Amino acid sequence: MNTAVEIAGVKFKNPVMTASGTFGSGMEYSDFVDLNRLGAVVTKGVANVPWEGNPTPRVAEVYGGMLNAIGLQNPGIDVFVERDLEFLKKYDTKVIVNVCGKSVSDYLDVVERLSDEAVDMLEINVSCPNVKEGAIAFGQKVSALFDITSEIKRIAKQPVIMKLSPNVTSIAEMAKAAEAAGADAISLINTITGMKIDIHKRKFALANKTGGLSGPAIKPVAVRMVYEASHAVNIPVIGMGGIANAEDAIEFIMAGATAVAVGAMNFHDPYTTINVIEGIEAYMKQYGVQDINELRGIV
Amino acid sequence: MKKKTEALVISQRILAEGIYDLWLETELARDAKPGQFVGVYPVGKATLLPRPISICEVDAAKSAIRLVYRVVGSGTAEFTLYQPGDNMTILGVLGNGFPLEAAAGKRAVVMGGGIGVPPLLETAKRLSNLEGGEKPKSVAAVMGYRDAQTFLSGEFEKVSKLHIATEDGSVGTKGNVLDAMREEAIEADVIFACGPMPMLKAIKSFAVANGIKAYLSLEERMACGVGACLGCVCKTTKVDEHSHVKNARICTEGPVFDADDLDL
Repeated sequence: MNTAVEIAGVKFKNPVMTASGTFGSGMEYSDFVDLNRLGAVVTKGVANVPWEGNPTPRVAEVYGGMLNAIGLQNPGIDVFVERDLEFLKKYDTKVIVNVCGKSVSDYLDVVERLSDEAVDMLEINVSCPNVKEGAIAFGQKVSALFDITSEIKRIAKQPVIMKLSPNVTSIAEMAKAAEAAGADAISLINTITGMKIDIHKRKFALANKTGGLSGPAIKPVAVRMVYEASHAVNIPVIGMGGIANAEDAIEFIMAGATAVAVGAMNFHDPYTTINVIEGIEAYMKQYGVQDINELRGIV
Repeated sequence: MKKKTEALVISQRILAEGIYDLWLETELARDAKPGQFVGVYPVGKATLLPRPISICEVDAAKSAIRLVYRVVGSGTAEFTLYQPGDNMTILGVLGNGFPLEAAAGKRAVVMGGGIGVPPLLETAKRLSNLEGGEKPKSVAAVMGYRDAQTFLSGEFEKVSKLHIATEDGSVGTKGNVLDAMREEAIEADVIFACGPMPMLKAIKSFAVANGIKAYLSLEERMACGVGACLGCVCKTTKVDEHSHVKNARICTEGPVFDADDLDL
């Protein structure tokens, strides 16, 4: 039985990854999860310099999900390389570094800094809804997405995944722009912009007023977008959005995803990634599936 | 090591209006320290996140922890339905706890306000049980309540001298915990406190003005509880060693901080 998948020449032992921002750099969950078992660890977004992020409250639970407006707090690329990447070297898993920035040159600084590091792929975050400058500004316009993808591809030593926002009119157009600019893969969806109001305090639940919705509540939207994007392009798609178990993960694969990522559900159950991996294997046994790749886009 | 595990409900009762007293049998009791907390999961399918609840008491011999919590929403409302023999899912133990060693040879005062009262019970108990060089010179408790529903007060009296403040003046000093400190002329070298933010801010100012060391336990909306999501940060005076910005994770570097390190 084969569970391995390949994206841009990088081989993953299974299609299960962590979604950026929900798993730290793996360290925080290593008490719970044997990181060696994961297809890949996708790290929390990192910028060229440390970012303070947004004021609190930064998180709020909503029906079937949660809102967050962390604002991409991160320690900056230097600390990340010395501490987080060094930690991940101990494990036999692939490392995908999520990169964020406020300007094109911020992104390029990080990409360049990572050139000679033990990083398997880069995931470019052009879809965070919680920062005022940069980030999503590059992810909501076809021309801006094309330009930043081209710039990054020009200097990147590792294959590049563009992480797309669901807060767009046509996900297919965005996927095509990323592909045309040379992206090696796309990942989706990032969170959906939302809002919650505390009616007892008559205030916004988040200090940032709006936040990104994640969790099982967004899964049908994510499956639909993965389906549309994977039919629009020939590059591999990494699917995510509310994956709680193997059934959810298989839905994404059948919609067209080569790999999947577990996000907010890590907060609900730190063992979710392992349960998804074991559940996929059980499904393959049950239905006599020899190769996980047979299931991709089967609907 | 942190774990997500099943805990057996030993008992549950109402302590005061909206305040519940729950004993759980769990392996996590072995390593639990005062000031630490656990994440308790509601089972409702619509909920996602564990509810952070401070540990009120630990009975290591019986592998049991006591949680005294307030009902604030549908998740905590669900917890009130649990009966002896039921299982609950908890994540723990989380956070750092109070540095009891800071009380050695000192006049220690534990201060709690509202639902910040419970974690100080185990703190007061352990401070009172310290021996030899670790022993505090004295241990006093100052607890603040809204009204005459002074939950846990009888238990504080058993382990330390207790002073009470109530907002409506029905018991003890009328006012807050600092009013009680002043009215009763309570002397302190080190304060361990948990309560609402205005109370913690006032304690920090009081401690600075009087040359007292203070350790404050903070509360914030939390998601993961294990330091991954960066949801529950507080502002710090210096650049934090982990984040490399002036933010510290309440769930991991806290919930207890040296007041000098906090930008409240």
